[in-house]
Amino acid sequence: MPVLTGKELRIVGFLCNWCSYGGADTAGIGRFNQPTDLRIIKVPCSGRIDPLFVVKALMNGADGVLVSGCHPRDCHYAEGNFYARRRLEIMHNFLPIIGYEPERFEYTWVSASEGQRWQQVVTSFTEQIHKLGPAPKILGPEASDTLSLMQAAL
Amino acid sequence: MGNPRSESNKGDQVKFQEELKDNIRKALPELDVVIGWCGSFDPLHATPHFMRREEDIDKLEISPLSVHNLATYLPGLRGKKVGIVVKGCDSRSVVELLQENLINREDITIFGFPCTGVVDQSKIKKALGGHTGNIEFCDMSESVIVIKSEDKAYTLPMAEMLADKCSSCRYPDAVISDYFAGEKIGNKGEEDADYAAVETFENLSVPERFGYWLKEFDRCIRCYACRNACPLCVCRDHCAAESRDPHWLSQENNVRDKLMFQVIHAYHLAGRCTECGECQRACPVDIPVLMFKQKMNKEIRDTFQYEAGVDPEATPPLLSFKMKEENITEKVW
Repeated sequence: MPVLTGKELRIVGFLCNWCSYGGADTAGIGRFNQPTDLRIIKVPCSGRIDPLFVVKALMNGADGVLVSGCHPRDCHYAEGNFYARRRLEIMHNFLPIIGYEPERFEYTWVSASEGQRWQQVVTSFTEQIHKLGPAPKILGPEASDTLSLMQAAL
Repeated sequence: MGNPRSESNKGDQVKFQEELKDNIRKALPELDVVIGWCGSFDPLHATPHFMRREEDIDKLEISPLSVHNLATYLPGLRGKKVGIVVKGCDSRSVVELLQENLINREDITIFGFPCTGVVDQSKIKKALGGHTGNIEFCDMSESVIVIKSEDKAYTLPMAEMLADKCSSCRYPDAVISDYFAGEKIGNKGEEDADYAAVETFENLSVPERFGYWLKEFDRCIRCYACRNACPLCVCRDHCAAESRDPHWLSQENNVRDKLMFQVIHAYHLAGRCTECGECQRACPVDIPVLMFKQKMNKEIRDTFQYEAGVDPEATPPLLSFKMKEENITEKVW
């Protein structure tokens, strides 16, 4: 059994190819300490991210989702992150109605040179998710506990 | 029933119906079809009515049973000259379809009338003890519905049988019309939107909310009636629900995929939904699916001061952006 079982949560990160993925790389090259809960998925642009990816990830077992792109005005495709900001903000505010804490999902901007900032974002987001604990699961082995809790709550 | 006010109102209703029929008679020679409502299999139901010949017009009936949003038919009839009778809420769907270039303005003729609300068949069914078979008689005034079913008579207060969307209706008159029969009631704007139900629900605890949806969607049969009835679900054979690549939803019968579909539906309607409530009306197992769309609209209104289906020339908020968003506060790390 891996040593981190029970200590680590599952966080999915969608990072844009041009800034944030580079920023995460910079943080790695600089050997900045980072929590290991985050799994990174590289996408061409934050504008590529369908906000439904976030819900899909949460429903399929993720405990948190982080989206990171280029800073506004710095998008490689000029305006992808401006559209993303509107879409992601709406999804962030929509989550409570389904029954997820909005804090399980954050979006932010990290440039390729901001290794330090990346470390800070990952660390504080991971802390935030650990404070919330595991997200409710609908399917799989962890689901039975949550389902019985839900039934009791009703 | 003896209420003089309700009787005079009924008189008004008959008067504007005649006016409406005259309007349709005038326009029909230029049109392929006019869509309205007529009586159905029993006195408690209406059904969409396609008028192609003059004699079809006599069967037209406008009543609180005219629940269907006929705008759902328009994208499928594109290219034909179509007339459509609209309630206030339906007219907003027409505006939204126009805005998205899914129908051509010059091909459609819109017949408006002052709508005083439509019934919620689920509420009537409940009041009748859970089933609505053998309806022998049904009469409606502004204040009551009188129903005779299986030798029992019911007198139901109209206000309690109205659909939820009607009790907080802000657009009783068509927002766009070529002909308008009767006198306008007067529309209210987006600032009067009432999201009290959504706010009450949001005050529940997180497990309560999540548990509520798991319980509700447990009985979903994945019939997709909510999607098919939606006037703005226009992808038809290309719906994300049936796509295998990307594989958004499995074919399995589980709550996760049912719930996920509703989130997809709500999100694909962000900034487009006019809250006509067809999704919830069409649901055969009465899942309150409209709440997701109401929440989405509430967020769209609060963040972008935008409401769908009012102005055919407006730019939808998710298709535009500002360098500096006034109402978006980004997280500081």
